[in-house]
Amino acid sequence: MTDAVEAEHLVKSFKGSVRALDGLSFAVRAGSVFGLLGPNGAGKTTAVRILTTILTPDGGTARVLGHDVITEARTVRGLIGLAGQYAAVDENLTGRENLDMVGSLNHLPRPAYRQRTRELLVQFQLDDAGDRPLKTYSGGMRRRLDVAAALVARPAMLFLDEPTTGLDPASRSALWIAVEELVSQGTTVLLTTQYMEEADRLAHEIAVVDHGTVIALGTPARLKAQMGATVLDIGLAGAADAAHTTELLRSTGRSGAARVGDSVELGVDDGPRAAIEILRLLDQAGIEPHRFTLREPTLDDVFLSLTGNPTADDGLAGADPDRGSFDRQRSGDRGSAPGSGRGARRSRRQARRGAGHG
Amino acid sequence: MTAEAPGAVTTPAPSTPGPRHTTATDLGWLIRDAWTVTKRNLIGYTRIPEAMFFSSVQPIMFVLLFRYVFAGAIHTPGFNYVDFLMPGIFVQSVAFGAVGTSIGLAEDLQKGIIERFRALPMARSAVLAGRTTADLVRNVFVMLLMLGVGFLVGYRVHTGIAQFLGGALLVLAFAYCLSWGFAVIGMAAPNSETAQVMSFPVLFPFTFASSAFVPVQTMPGWLQGFAVNQPVSKVVNAARDLMSGHVPGVSSATATWEAVVWTAGMLAVFAPLAVWKYRSRI
Ligand SMILES: Nc1ncnc2c1ncn2[C@@H]1O[C@H](COP(=O)(O)OP(=O)(O)OP(=O)(O)O)[C@@H](O)[C@H]1O
Ligand SMILES: [Mg+2]
Repeated sequence: MTDAVEAEHLVKSFKGSVRALDGLSFAVRAGSVFGLLGPNGAGKTTAVRILTTILTPDGGTARVLGHDVITEARTVRGLIGLAGQYAAVDENLTGRENLDMVGSLNHLPRPAYRQRTRELLVQFQLDDAGDRPLKTYSGGMRRRLDVAAALVARPAMLFLDEPTTGLDPASRSALWIAVEELVSQGTTVLLTTQYMEEADRLAHEIAVVDHGTVIALGTPARLKAQMGATVLDIGLAGAADAAHTTELLRSTGRSGAARVGDSVELGVDDGPRAAIEILRLLDQAGIEPHRFTLREPTLDDVFLSLTGNPTADDGLAGADPDRGSFDRQRSGDRGSAPGSGRGARRSRRQARRGAGHG
Repeated sequence: MTAEAPGAVTTPAPSTPGPRHTTATDLGWLIRDAWTVTKRNLIGYTRIPEAMFFSSVQPIMFVLLFRYVFAGAIHTPGFNYVDFLMPGIFVQSVAFGAVGTSIGLAEDLQKGIIERFRALPMARSAVLAGRTTADLVRNVFVMLLMLGVGFLVGYRVHTGIAQFLGGALLVLAFAYCLSWGFAVIGMAAPNSETAQVMSFPVLFPFTFASSAFVPVQTMPGWLQGFAVNQPVSKVVNAARDLMSGHVPGVSSATATWEAVVWTAGMLAVFAPLAVWKYRSRI
C-alpha cells in the first residue's frame, strides 16, 4: 500500500445549502506532501473534516492509512493529527495545559506527553508564553499552538487546513521547515492553503479543487508547465481597456487571456514571438499599455486560469455565512463562459449557476 | 524536532492499526478521558473568578430574599420557615448550577474545541461525562456555600448526621442527572447565549411550582397536581425529610425512594439522549 489517503467520489451536501463536495477523488502518496488548493467555498475544509472523521460523507469512500474513515473511525483518529482552519484550542487553559490535554486524550503516558509538550513549546517558540492562558495570546501564537497540538502524538498522517493563515513571515517559514522535517522523518502531510508560494515550496503534488471536485492534478512543475513557458502581463489604463484587450486577444485565438482588474495575463509558449504580435495588435487598436512584461509562470497563474478566482483573497472568509467567493473576474482558458459574472461579487451559488461549470 | 521521546513514532507504520492504544478496557479509557476533560473544565472555571463569584452571589440572594422578605407570609406547619426553606434552596441552587452544563457545552461547540475532540482517539462520551462531572464538582462548592449561609441565617439540622449526609448526596446526585438533561439542550443550541435562554424556561416552572419555597397546599388545585408529582418536589421533599426533620404525611422511606427513582430515571433517559446528540450533531 503506497497511498496514505484514498478519497473516492466523496459527496457531501449541507442542509439547505450547496453540494460542498461533488464527487471528490484523489490519492496521497505515503510520505509526500499533498496540497489542496481552491477558492473560498471550494470544499477543502469539508474534505479535511471527512478525512479526519469529524464529518460523515453522504456518498463515496475514503481511507486513511488503509483504514476506512467511517467504519474504522477510531483507528483513523489514533493515527492522524489535525490542525483545522479555525484554531481549536481552549482559551482558558495555558499553552502547556492545552498540549498536555491533547497528549492525554491521545492516550500517551503522562511522562511522554509532558516531555512532548516541552519539545513542542520550544519548537514553536511558545516556551516563554507556555504558562500563560491563551486569552493573552496573539492570533498567530494561537495558530502555532493549534499546529503544535496536531503534532503531539507524532501522527503518521498530518492534516493542516490553512496552517499559515495569519502567521507572520518568520513564523510561516519556521512552520514550513517543521513540515519539511516531519516529512523527512516519514510523515505524510495533506495541507490546504491559499498561498501558492506555500504549495510550491512544500507540496509534491497539488489538486486544484473547485465546486467540490478536482479540476486539475499534478506536480507544481507540471501545473506550471501547463500554463505555457512564460506569462505575458500587460498593464492597461483602465478596466475598459483591459476588457477590450482580453476580447481582442481571444478573437485572435489566444483563448487563455484573462483580465485581472486593469491588467491582462496570458500564458504563452512562444514568448518573444507572441509579444511582437500582441504589441502590433494593440497598436492597431489604439490601446497603449503602460506595462508589458514576460515572466515565469507561478502557481498563482495556474490557479487563476483554472478557477477564474484571485487567490489569497480570503478577507471575507468567516464573515459571510455562505463564504461568498470573489466573483470570477476573469475567465480562464478552460473555465467559465466569457463575461460571466464580471465585476460584481455574487454568492457562490449564483456564481455556479451563472458560470455553468462542468 | 530534535529530542525524541522514547518509543516515539519516527517512521510511520501505516498498516499497524491504532498504535497508540495499549490494551485496556474501553471503560478504563472512558474514565481516564472523562477525568482529563473534567480537569480541563475545572481549570477553566478557576480562570474566570468573576463568573465563580457572581454565580455564588445569586443563590445567596435567594436565601436572604426568602428568609427575610417572604418568610413572614409563608406558613409551614411543623417547621421553622428557615428549616423548611434551606433544603429547597439547596435543590434550587444546584439545579441552577446544572444549567452551566448546557452553556459550557454550547460554548465548546461554538468555539471549535469539540472539533478537535472529535478527531482524537478519545472515548466519545468523555466530553459529556467530563462536563457533567466538572459541574458536579462546582455544585459541591455551591452546596457547601449554601450550607454555610444557611447556618448563618438560623438553619439547623434536626435529624441525624447520616440522614443529613444522605440528603446532601441525594441533592447532588439529582443535580448531576439534571446536568445530562441540560447537556441535551447544550448540544441542540446554536450558541451559548441561546443555550442559556433555552434552559431557564425549562427550569423555572420546575423549581418554583414545587415544594421548594412554599407548601404546595397553598397553590390552586390545578397547579397542585403538577407541583406534587414533579421531580423537583420529590427531591425537595426527600431532602427536607433527611436534612431538616420529618415531613408529616409521607413516610420517610417512600419520600426517599421516589426521589431516587426520579433521579435515576432522569439519568437513564438524558444520558443516552445526550450521547446520541453528540454523535449525530453535524
Ligand atoms: N456546516 C456547514 N453548514 C452549511 N454549509 C456548509 C457548512 N460547512 C461548509 N458549508 C458549505 O460548503 C461549501 C464548502 O465549504 P468549505 O468550508 O469546505 O470550503 P473551503 O474550500 O474550505 O473554503 P475556504 O477557503 O473559505 O476555507 C461552502 O459553500 C460552504 O458554505
Ligand atoms: Mg476552508
